[in-house]
Amino acid sequence: MKKIIAYLKSLLLLELAAGLWLTLKYLFKPKYTMRFPMETIPRSVRFRGLHALRRYPNGEERCIACKLCEAVCPALAITIDSAPRASDGQRRTTRYDIDLFKCIYCGFCEESCPVDSIVLTDVLEYHMERRGENIITKPQLLAMGDRFEKSIAANRAQDAAYR
Amino acid sequence: MNLSSDPMIFLWTLGKILIVAVPLIIAVAMYVWWERKVIGWMHVRMGPNKIGPFGLLQAFADVTKLLIKEIIIPTNANRLLYFTAPLLAVIPALAVWAVVPFNGGGLVIADVNAGVLYLLAMTSLGVYGIILAGWASNSRYALLGSMRSAAQMISYEICMGMALVCVLVLAGSLNFTAIVEAQAGSKGLFDWFWLPLLPMFFVYYISGVAETNRLPFDVAEGESEIVAGFHVEYSGSAFALFFLAEYANMILLSFLAPILFLGGWLSPFQGWHLGFLSEPSWIWLFLKFFIFATSLIWLRATFPRYRYDQIMRLGWKVFIPISIVWIFVAGIFRYFNVVTPGH
Repeated sequence: MKKIIAYLKSLLLLELAAGLWLTLKYLFKPKYTMRFPMETIPRSVRFRGLHALRRYPNGEERCIACKLCEAVCPALAITIDSAPRASDGQRRTTRYDIDLFKCIYCGFCEESCPVDSIVLTDVLEYHMERRGENIITKPQLLAMGDRFEKSIAANRAQDAAYR
Repeated sequence: MNLSSDPMIFLWTLGKILIVAVPLIIAVAMYVWWERKVIGWMHVRMGPNKIGPFGLLQAFADVTKLLIKEIIIPTNANRLLYFTAPLLAVIPALAVWAVVPFNGGGLVIADVNAGVLYLLAMTSLGVYGIILAGWASNSRYALLGSMRSAAQMISYEICMGMALVCVLVLAGSLNFTAIVEAQAGSKGLFDWFWLPLLPMFFVYYISGVAETNRLPFDVAEGESEIVAGFHVEYSGSAFALFFLAEYANMILLSFLAPILFLGGWLSPFQGWHLGFLSEPSWIWLFLKFFIFATSLIWLRATFPRYRYDQIMRLGWKVFIPISIVWIFVAGIFRYFNVVTPGH
């Protein structure tokens, strides 16, 4: 008797109909697809992306070449050379290189910085086209800071109460 | 008839062929787009949406890519057969459309009285394209795929033919227009052949899916074990021809199922006096076609591939006995006038 019922069930294709019903329901579900260049996922203000060097509002660079970031960096990704600046004799960096391949985006450099100079922006879409482009230099870092200063400052302000 | 002596008839025939063949090829392109879209939606994705509005031009972009690409010929391939195979697949797939009617009143290229026979002959020819493709490419995967596909298509052609026999018994004609007209009546959709031939309707549809090598019966391609089966060595426009043939056959199946079992261009409300809703029209045929074409995509999005022995068991041990029994049932229906065609 059981066998007959099982046979009739398979003859009526009940399981196949159940499967078809499932896919039919999925046909009308809202889609998960995010159309990337047009829309992006919301990002935390603490997101640790590409690096930048900030300036004071008067245009003076913040970095004083204390080399705390170089010392704290667990991946040894930062290389700094320093010398007195020719114009006023202030201690400044002559070289500030970050190797993006070594960097693990831990954010220790930002936390160690006494003048809030080196920061991690929320930029995560970037690429390199040639060998050697993974090492970003001081002018590039300062340019990043100039370009994203607004969002950097806004993110820091929003997070300041919890630091 | 001497063609050169009467250029008008020649041109008229050529025109009629183009009127069916060109929209068919465009329909294949749109069908590919619709398939990718529906499968995308069922996967909770969006499907192609970049090229043209709603991604409508996606299929044309794909075709352009295929036509521009190089045709690679395997070193030890038999060149003549290698290039004959895609033609053998695509020519019957297009030639079948000569006997498919689109509306009452003879809207068909060739209103021959043995249309069903011609259809069976032409769809059987398609197998040769696949066997030759597998053999001529001189590749193990291709050979295995074509062997599987040939065995499968031949097995399912038997039940398909028997399902057609049931329809012929009830309709009393081999002409497609006559078959549709035999389903006319006053009881709406209950006059169509799907009701007395319900099991055969399913047998025909499922055999048709197997016949066109579509999922869940696509062991001929079997990406996970034999790469792409019989067309693994084909590229560029040669591959495009196989693709065209497969989708043209799917469209044909989706046209024939309504014509044979669901009253073709007859309205589902025929004889119920609902004004224009009860009138026969080509719109009904295309509506039914659309439902069937979408259901093929739906099957593909839902089911995993059958194991090969399961396919053979289904064909030989389930479908063929059912069809044989139902031929007798159809004969009894006809003999005792349970179903009277075209009253």
